[in-house]
Amino acid sequence: MSGEIEIQNLKSRDPFADADEDSGQTTQTQEYIHIRIQQRNGRKTLTTVQGIPAKFDHKKILKVIKKEFACNGTIISDTESKGLGEVIQLQGDHRLKIKEFLVDKEEGLGLDEKNIKIHGF
Amino acid sequence: MSTEEPTLQRRASRKSVAFTEEKLVVDADGSVTVMATPNDDTKDTAVSHTPRTPPLAAALRASTDASQAPADGTAADGADANPDGLDLSLMKKKKKKVKKEDGESGDGAAAAGGEEAIDLSMKKKKKKKVVKEEDEFAKKLEALNLEGGESAEAPAEGDVQDGDMEKGTGIWAHDETRTISYNPLLSRFFTLLAQKNPDHASTGTRSYKIPPPQCLREGNKKTIFANLPEICKRMKRADEHVTAYLFAELGTSGSVDGSRRLVIKGRFQQKQIENVLRTYIIEYVTCKTCRSPNTELSKGENRLYFITCNSCGSRRSVQAIKTGFSAQVGKRRKMQQG
Repeated sequence: MSGEIEIQNLKSRDPFADADEDSGQTTQTQEYIHIRIQQRNGRKTLTTVQGIPAKFDHKKILKVIKKEFACNGTIISDTESKGLGEVIQLQGDHRLKIKEFLVDKEEGLGLDEKNIKIHGF
Repeated sequence: MSTEEPTLQRRASRKSVAFTEEKLVVDADGSVTVMATPNDDTKDTAVSHTPRTPPLAAALRASTDASQAPADGTAADGADANPDGLDLSLMKKKKKKVKKEDGESGDGAAAAGGEEAIDLSMKKKKKKKVVKEEDEFAKKLEALNLEGGESAEAPAEGDVQDGDMEKGTGIWAHDETRTISYNPLLSRFFTLLAQKNPDHASTGTRSYKIPPPQCLREGNKKTIFANLPEICKRMKRADEHVTAYLFAELGTSGSVDGSRRLVIKGRFQQKQIENVLRTYIIEYVTCKTCRSPNTELSKGENRLYFITCNSCGSRRSVQAIKTGFSAQVGKRRKMQQG
């Protein structure tokens, strides 16, 4: 038992140091872009993209996406109520395409693939 | 399907050095490889270093079918794992489908439709691996044949340590007094291990089985997930935790009915639920260090959840389940606004 506690103490020291060191980095990696899917009635779905960095112009992104994926969509700003920031919402299941778009360096945003999380089934 | 892709990549980047090494050790067939070049990731160099891998492989193949399948399984395990870290990508549905055809053609048709439905895809995976592995062996053998016939024997040692370990000839003879070098001994160990314990390979994460989720449709818009308690029990997780994860991932809500079945709003197929469960297992059940599913989820001091592995004792924190943005769907939106 005592051994375990000791080990835990050791452990808790290490991550702490890590967190202090690269706190900037952790915030960076924590900022995932979540791509979710939501069911609507029937076969219809919504794709929501949450957490696109603020340095990008969401409106322009939406415009491009809408044209490329041939779908409609909106930007929902949810800043005050839940602090989720601006969420791009698209009609239909575009999870894969949107991920490719976000990762694409030439035509898309060139984001890191690691920071993108696709949710849903 | 692709939902696992990003998580996988994240995982791969996270893997530690120790982890890689362990992987290499697990690589049962290529045990020689492991010993010769512990940090050598590329397979090509490994082959050139260790010409003795193929004979063992051949021996393995010659052995009984029962022992062959799992042995190959482990080998493929390690082999797959080497290039891309965690080889959980094999769990991906997509791949499975692609491989299904050649798996069936290569191995005869053991995959009856009913079996497929019952088994949570583990059977298919095994088969696929076997096929892949054989390809690999063929490649290796070819490469070695090009190099020359004598490469099949041990070039490093002065005396040739040869013999059939199954029949007990050569160096494996009972009254043989020559010291057997480390590598043949090691390979013998793994061969015997695989032979004597056909189900040994299936103790790992690879064939971690959960009962397939049973999905029924209630009415038109709800799905009943009938055997959630059973699955949770198998995974040793609280029902609530799994439920919360399911709801967060599926972006929906639901309730638990009288007989502890989960009622999910929305139409979901078994396949979809299965995918979500799979990501759940990757995220919250398997130990990242030893990939054992024998773990415990507990609440730590400061509202963090920790996974403690029961087999290797490692402990890691996991993210709390968070429901992200979910758009209002349906009539309620109008009511709220107006």
